[in-house]
Parts: sequence; C-alpha cells; structure tokens
Amino acid sequence: MARDLSFRVAVLFSFLFFGFINFVCCNNERRVGDALETDFSGLSVPLEHSFELDDTAKFVVRGTLLLKTGREPSVALSQNPLSEEDRVKLKEVAEVDGLYRIRVPRVSLQADRQTEWQVDGYLTAFVRACAMVESHLSDVITLHTDVSGYLIGVSIVTIPGACRGTKVEDEVDLEVFNTTLSIMAPVNAPGPETSLFLERMEQETEKKGKNPQEQKSFFAKYWMYIVPLVLFLMMSGAQDQSGGGASGRAAAA
Amino acid sequence: MAKLILLLLNWIFLCCNVAAVFEDQVGKFDWRQQYVGKVRFSHFDSHMQSSKKVLLASESNVFAALNTRTGELFWRHVDKTGPEGNIDALLQHGQDAVLVIGNGHLLRSWDIGVGGMNWEMVLDPGSFRSACLVGHQGAVKHLAVLKKTVISLHYLSNGHQKWVENLPESETVDFQAVYSGGNGEVYALGVVPNSHLAIVVYSLEDGEITKQVSVEAPWLSSIPASCSVISRGLLTCVDSTTMSLYTLDLHLQLEMTQIPLQTLGLDVDPGFRPSLVSHQPNPAHPPLSEFLLQLGPEHHLLLQHNDGQIVTLRDYKPALLASFATAGEKTVVAVMAPKNKTFYLLHDGKPEKLHVQAFLKKDDSVGYRVMVQTEDHTLTFIQQPGRVMWTREEALSDVVTMEMVDLPLTGAQAELEGEFGKKADGLMSMVMKRLSSQLIMLQAWIAHLWKLFYDARKPRSQVKNDVSIENLSRDEFNLQKMMVLVTASGKLFGIDSKTGDILWKHYLENIPLNAAFKLMVQRTTAHFPHPPQCTLLIKDKDTGLATLHVFNPIFGRRSQVTPPALPQPILQSLLLPLMDQDYAKVLLLVDDQYKVSAFPSTKNVLQQLQETASSIFFYLADSGQGRLSGYRLRTDLSTEQVWEVVIPTETQKIVSIKGKRSNEHVHSQGRVMGDRSVLYKYLNPNLLAVVTESTDLHQERSFIGILLIDGVTGRIIHEAVQRKARGPVHVVHSENWVVYEYWSTKSRRNEFSVIELYEGMDLYNSTVFSSLDRPHAPQVLQQSYIFPSSISTMEATLTEKGITSRHLLVGLPSGGILSLPKMFLDPRRPEVISEQSREENLIPYAPELIIRTEWFINYNQTVSRVRGIYTAPSGLESTCLVVAYGLDIYHTRVYPSKQFDVLKDDYDYMLISSVLFALFFATMISKRLAEVKLLNRAWR
Repeated sequence: MARDLSFRVAVLFSFLFFGFINFVCCNNERRVGDALETDFSGLSVPLEHSFELDDTAKFVVRGTLLLKTGREPSVALSQNPLSEEDRVKLKEVAEVDGLYRIRVPRVSLQADRQTEWQVDGYLTAFVRACAMVESHLSDVITLHTDVSGYLIGVSIVTIPGACRGTKVEDEVDLEVFNTTLSIMAPVNAPGPETSLFLERMEQETEKKGKNPQEQKSFFAKYWMYIVPLVLFLMMSGAQDQSGGGASGRAAAA
Repeated sequence: MAKLILLLLNWIFLCCNVAAVFEDQVGKFDWRQQYVGKVRFSHFDSHMQSSKKVLLASESNVFAALNTRTGELFWRHVDKTGPEGNIDALLQHGQDAVLVIGNGHLLRSWDIGVGGMNWEMVLDPGSFRSACLVGHQGAVKHLAVLKKTVISLHYLSNGHQKWVENLPESETVDFQAVYSGGNGEVYALGVVPNSHLAIVVYSLEDGEITKQVSVEAPWLSSIPASCSVISRGLLTCVDSTTMSLYTLDLHLQLEMTQIPLQTLGLDVDPGFRPSLVSHQPNPAHPPLSEFLLQLGPEHHLLLQHNDGQIVTLRDYKPALLASFATAGEKTVVAVMAPKNKTFYLLHDGKPEKLHVQAFLKKDDSVGYRVMVQTEDHTLTFIQQPGRVMWTREEALSDVVTMEMVDLPLTGAQAELEGEFGKKADGLMSMVMKRLSSQLIMLQAWIAHLWKLFYDARKPRSQVKNDVSIENLSRDEFNLQKMMVLVTASGKLFGIDSKTGDILWKHYLENIPLNAAFKLMVQRTTAHFPHPPQCTLLIKDKDTGLATLHVFNPIFGRRSQVTPPALPQPILQSLLLPLMDQDYAKVLLLVDDQYKVSAFPSTKNVLQQLQETASSIFFYLADSGQGRLSGYRLRTDLSTEQVWEVVIPTETQKIVSIKGKRSNEHVHSQGRVMGDRSVLYKYLNPNLLAVVTESTDLHQERSFIGILLIDGVTGRIIHEAVQRKARGPVHVVHSENWVVYEYWSTKSRRNEFSVIELYEGMDLYNSTVFSSLDRPHAPQVLQQSYIFPSSISTMEATLTEKGITSRHLLVGLPSGGILSLPKMFLDPRRPEVISEQSREENLIPYAPELIIRTEWFINYNQTVSRVRGIYTAPSGLESTCLVVAYGLDIYHTRVYPSKQFDVLKDDYDYMLISSVLFALFFATMISKRLAEVKLLNRAWR
C-alpha cells in the first residue's frame, strides 16, 4: 500500500512538474502548496530556492518536502531536476560568487496542528553557489525542530564544501540534485550521573571487602620499596642540604 | 600497582591545583574598594562632640557609617536587593539609628558606634507612609510608624509595640505624614486630594484619638511635597497655583489662613513647584519657627514665623541648595551658591543634596563641614575654608561595563616605536627623525636624573611613588593597565589597575535612565603617535536612539574625532578587524532600516569595506519575536538577509546569546589522547551559544534550550534541551566549549553543564577556518555536574597566548570568587577509569563539583553583589588580570597554571651567581693547570 501511495505521489509530482515548468519564473509557490494537500499522513511543504545574478531573493519551488508528523518525525523530499535555463543561470551565479538560497515555511510537526499550514514566515539558509556547482548539486539539508515539533531552522551544506574554481563542464552533472535530507530534534542534555557513580562506589567497596589483601594500608604493602627510598634520600640529603631546595624552581626560569 | 598510580595521579592534581596567597602577599597584587551606592538618607552623628561618623542609607539598600576625616567606611551592612531591602526611612537618636525596611516590613535598630544590631521587629503588613521620632518631656523614647491603614508606636529601646491603632476613614483619606511636637500627642496628617486635609491626633500614652478634624484644602494633593510643620505645631503649606502660603495651627484652628506670596513681596519662578524645608533639631521639642522656602531652581528664602506673621529674614539668590544644621543650641543654615564654580569644574555634575555638619568650636562659635551630593552620585566632603577633605565616587557601585587598556610606552620607547613604525620618506628626514628622537631621549634621561637628585635631598618619608596621569607607562610585563569603567549614572572612570587610584573621571550628562552601554576599544596604545581611542555607544533602550562618545582611554579626554550623528535607531554595532589608515578599527552601526554606517567613514575605510563586503556577515536577534537573522553586507553598504532561524515564542524565549571573545587565542588545535592520536577541537570563531528558557514555568515541564548556531551561515550546529530546569542561566563560551549553569527543578539544586565540540580525529582544513566550508557537523560531548552553591556571575580566564590552562571564575552570592579549573568541567571525564584515560590525565567522573576553600581568589576580601567579572590577559603568559565588580570592585591576578614563567620572590640569586662564578674560576684555573701539565709532559 505504501509503495502504491508513494508511486501515486511521484506520478502526481511529475505531473505537477510538467504543469509548472512553463512558468518557472512566475511566483507559483502558493498554488503548489495548495495543490499538494493530499491525503498523505503528514504534511507537504514546498522547498524553495533562489539564485540570482544580483543576489536578490526570488524564490521558486525546487521540490516538495513530505514531513511525517508524530512522535518520530521523518522527512522525504521529491524534487525536480534543474532546467537547462536554471543550470546556465546557476553557473553564471557561481562565477560571480553569488549565493544559492533555500527556504522552507515555518510549520509545526505536531499532530494537532498539521491540518493546514499558514505562512507566518520562512526559514532561510544559503550556500555559495559555486560550492553547489562544484559539488555537482550534492547538498545536505537538515531541518531542525524545537521541543514541541516546530521547525525552527534549516541548514544546507554541500559536500565537498569548498570552492576551488574547478570548472564543471558537463551540464548533466548539474541536472539532478543529490540531496541528503534529515530532520533533527533537540537532544536531551544529560543531568549529573549520580546513580552510576553510586553504583561504582558500591562496587568498589564490595571489591575491597572481598579482597582482604586490598585492605592493607599503603605502607604495609609497599614498605619494601619505601624504606630503601627513604634511606637513600636520607643519605643523599645529609650531604647537600643547601643545594636541594632551589633547583626545582631554577629550571622554570 | 594501579592504586599507586592513582595515588600518584591524585598527587599530581593536588600539586597542580593548590594555589593560595601567603600572608605576606595579602594586598600586594590585589585591591578592593567598597561602596555604598547613591545616598538616599544621611545623618551626622552629633550626639558626641568628638564623633566623626556620618550615617548613610543608600538606594542600593546599604546602610553604612563613614569616617568624616578620611571618607573610609567604619562599617557597612548590605541588605537584600530589590524592594525587599529597600530603606524607607532613617531615624537617628543618640547612639541608635532606626531603619524602616522593605516598604514598612521591618524595623531595625543599629548601634552606630560599632554597627551592631540592637533589635529587629517585623511590622504588620501595610504599605509604609511615614515615620518619626516621638519625644515627650524632653526625652525621646518612642517612634511612630504611619502606614496606609494603621499607625503604631514603638519603644526606641527594644522595638516593642506600645500601641497600634487603625486610622479612621483610611479608605478615602490618604494619610501621608506623621508629626510629633514633644507635647504628648502624635498627629497623623492625611489628605483627600483636591478636597480636604484630615488631621487625627493620638494620645501618646494609650493611642486614643483625642481629636479628629478635617480642614478644607482643595488645592492640596501631597503633604510631603508642599507642607511642613514649623514652630509650635503650625502646619505650613505652599501652593503654586494660588501663589500662596497656607498656615494652620494644629492645636487650635479649623481653617487655613491664606497668605498670598505677593503680600510678602515674593514671586515664584514660572513653572517651578515651590517647596518648604523646616528643621526640628530635637524630636522632644517643637520645630524651629524659621524655615526655608524654595521659589526657583536657584532661589531660596529664609522665613520666620513670628506671632502669626511671616517675615523674610534673608533672600538667597542665586542659591542652589540650602540646608539646616544644629550644634548644641545653635542652628545654622548652609546655602550653596552657584558662584562656587569649582564644583562644576570638579565633577561636571549638578549638586543634588547638601548635608551639613555643624559643631561647636572651643570658643563656642559654630563651625561646620558640608557633604555635597552631586548628580553623578559623588560625595564631596568640604571643610570650612573650602578645602575638599575627601570625595567618594559612589557611581562606581554600579559599573555596567568595562575594558582594560594597555598603558602607553614610556616616552623613549614610544619614540623609538614611532620611528620604526612609520614609513621611510627619504634619507635626510630619517636622519633628522633619529636625531630628534635621540634628543628627546636625552631630555627624558636628564629629567629623570634631575628627579633622582631632587628626591634624594628630601627625607625618605616624603618621597612617594605617586601614580599620576603624566608618569603612567607600561611595566615590563604589562601587568599594570588602565581600567576604563562605565557606570549606570553615565560617569566614566579611568582607574590604575595596580593601585586602584582613580586617574580620571568624566561625567556624561543627559544619559537616559534606561541606557544600554557598549564600550569598544577602537585603537589600542600600540599605534604611537596615534592616541588610543575608545568608543562608548549609549543607546536608549526604549527608542533605540544612540549616541557615541569617543575618548582617549588613558586621559579620559574627549577625542578630536567627531562622532557621526545617529538619527536612526541602532539595532546592532560591530567592531571589525579592519583598520583605517590611522589604525582605528572600523565600527559598523546597523540602523533600523538595515542600512550600515561606518565610523570612521573615511574614503580608505569605505574602499576597504567595498572590497571585503561579501565576507562581512552579521546577525540580529529579536528576542521578542524569537527571531535570529543573518545578514551580509553589500558593496553599497546596504545589507541583505541571508538566513533566518525563528524560535517560536509560545514555548520558549531567548534569554542570552554569547559569542566568543575576539581577543581569545587558542594555542592547541587538539587534544592528545591516551593512544597518542589527536582529537581536534572544533574552533569556530563565529559560533554563537543561544540560551532559551521555556515560557511554561511548571517544574515538570520547564526546560532550558541550548542552541549552537554558526553566526555566518545560520547553521544549527547543536541543539540540546535540559529538561526540568529553570534559569537564571549563566553561560561562558570559549574555545571549543560552552559551560552553563542552571537550576534543576527536579532535584532542587544548581547544576553545571559543559558542552565540548570536536572535529574528530582528522581536521577538515587545518590552515584556515571558514564557516562556509565546514560541511561536517562536529562531535558533541556533554556532561553535567552538581554545584553546591548558586552563582551570581561567571567568566573564564584569558591569557596572552592561550597556553595556560583555563579556569572558570565564578562569583558566588556569598561574596567569594571561585577559580574553578576547567579540568573538572570536561565531558571526557570517564565514568570507568581505563588505561587510556589515565594516560590522558583525565579525572574520573564524580557528579559533584566540590568547592575547595583554597580556590577562592579573594581570600577574605568579600566582594558584595558581584554582577560581572572582567578578565584581561597580561604580558606574562601565566598571568590573567581579573576585575570583579558589583557593589564593590576587586582586582587581582590569577595564575591558572601557577607562575611557570616567573622566578619566585625569594629566589636565591646570590647562590646561583656564586655557583656560576665559582665554576667559571674553577674552569679557568683547571685550564691553566692543564696547560702547565701538558707543557711539562711535552718537555719530558
């Protein structure tokens, strides 16, 4: 069933892709958002991107994020390959060291709020366009949520992340996104570990109790090493009492 | 054998961490200054002729006694901060001083001789209105406390309540003042605003109401502001709308007598609210019939009531302040006239209050001393001929921010520095320059010789090494610095860090009450001959409008550079590492239109900014909307938003954002592990630690959030939630770690948590760090500990090169400053000891951090109400300079890894040099002998 569903969704997306490829330049984000209110057990929000020669933000849809809400949120992405026009533009932007920006709307992954998302702002992030080009569109997008499952941030990095100025000749390399997507909830910070410590202490005391040899005092165990050492020190100390003290500090100067 | 190693290890730690002062080192490297705060009430102790005490009660809830000869503290009591400890009234009689504290919650009596407490009484609830001493038949044994609904009488000797009575009609009448003229009656005076005056008379003996009258007074709204009781129970009021004086005999009359001021030939300055001051030298006797009337900001009058008539005794104009004082049977009026311009010159602040101490001289004439309180919270004590005996800068009790600036080099050093610092412009001019600098050096040397010679003739006791602004120069290890302190009152101070002497002060007028200050060092002393330059950004928190004050931190003088006018509210300011041609760092100011202006904005700077604009990123935080956004500078100095992170304000709010200090150096890029591999630190200079607190304060659901965000890319590096925790959170962010302290609501204790970030076993790009090119997320380690005390503030030590191990300096509410080794806050502390962790010198994990008494760096020098700790590196790698400020200021040096680069004080130079010489001669002699022997052998 799940397979069937995803297949259907994929078909739907490809259909949509053909639907809006003709007006890529238009701002059709709302339409896509509205159209994707499917019967999916989660939330689908557009992932938008922008790369312009003059670095103004003109966001167009890059793909759709399927957010699975609930206790363990997960995320899937279906996105369209870059068009010929966009590939050329991306390369041009990379040459002038422009930015490649992405944005997602602020939504909550909480089950009770999933029915409808209204736009009350976006979360944006960027990478250098040249890094995007040189990595052949291999990016890692991470969505961050807060404790209550609200999206608070998005981050994008490319692997490799550096811009070395290598030319990407083959246009095909820039066609399909190779995206690694993940969603991160805050981790629980540890408190002081008292129970383990107490356990360890108990174990140690038990060990001591079991092994009578351990109970011997330090001196009782190691007298055979200590006595000669003390004797030696006494012998040597008696000879030069004056010189011993200062030498330790002098080295530090 | 394992045990032995463990023991040895413990020994090593003990050796590393034991650091304390010896008895003879007390006060050698540290100093403390204690303050009182802005004075609200003051009384001169006059019950003894030879007494030299003045009692002060301040707005910082401090009660103290000062020595009037020196201005030093005899004793001081610091109460709780906030309204709980607020001092409402100070009454003094003989050896006792009674305070009403916390809006009439407590009554405390102190013995002013030793500063010990006589007694303390908890009063009935009710908001405090007024209090006075009540005398009868020449003796003062009681005091009356008036609250909103009740009046109570207490014995002065033990605080017990004699009687307490409800005030009649207290719902409608606002009782505001209480008065007693020493005739066995207590008068409670209330007012129904703009209607009538209510007078209730109580019998001293049993609290019975003997009389209750109401008098028509439609003009009256506040008794303390416009009325005063003079002579034998004559209530006198002044009203600015009718321009009249009103008098009412409390014993007899039922109606007020109106005396228009014009009939007395007086006139009120337009727009001024006139006020009355009367004087009651002894509560057992009625007040004097003379009183002071203020008619304008610089106009005072001394009037007298005589048989129902009011006569003008004297007209003081111009007069800023006037006050009464009594010695024995004689009373004097002290008037401060503004022709005494020296005050303005001395302090740049307007005088606010005049406290006069009158005393009888041997020939029975009256002498007096005056304590003047000025707008900038300064207390100046002046003796009769106009000699300033001492001044106290109480503004220093409220330091907001500070910086430490290197002192300039000595003249000769600076001259050389200047010579090599400049670009060469021809052989001839170089020669001339060299010659002139040599000449200056010669001059300085001769001056030095002359001073030596001059001092040698004087007796030794008179030769003092006074530090003054002229002879300030850097010492060889740069341990002495100039502390630049900004106080909430708007007064700036320059303090010598070695002695604590105030070297300069500068009062900035017209500082808004809720101003936020940011102090930046734009140019250090390293760029001779350009003077060092500090810039203070003063921002009104409400409007966002800001002004800049540019000054020289060594002399405190306003700089020649005119700061730009800032017509728009300022959102953010950032100091760039870019410098203009005069070596001043560029300050960028972002206004609310997201436009950026630069200061200084010369052509050179603008050009540099254009070149580097694409790599200048900054962030803005709006805690009200939970919005963090990143911007990039464009070449035309506009900005573009590049990232945005929004934390929903319904669940949590941003409480603090901490970046790293820009002058921090990290010596080691990694940590060597037990198996000799290296764990590299994640050293992101753009990392921000954002702390949030939950809006839900229920102890099960409250939490604290920690976000580590890259300030350039907006990438969330780490996000953690500390559940069942509550603020206040104190954060220190440095190197690759973040330490925070919070209150655990579950276990009801304070806890420390440390987060450390590591790149892993190999470094991504070892040469340079770029936020734009670090694709891999760092490894995050975290560990928490129990801390046995709450804390006031926290800061990390800072050293020149970052080689020395780090300590955390923790200011405790008890007044101690704890130097906690960072080694104990290390998330790699192992739970189970292994061979490798032992190799790495990791301390086994223990959930509790123990406070060791030898870790207190301020031994017994308690620092009250520490609000901030400032650390600065010195020229010695081992030494970090520390200033803790709050009500007190404390300066000391700390040596986190002991003084590894300094020889001990008692180092035996004689021994080492004699050994060296002996060896030298021994080699010479033996060489000679060997030569002779060789020669002899050759002859053989």
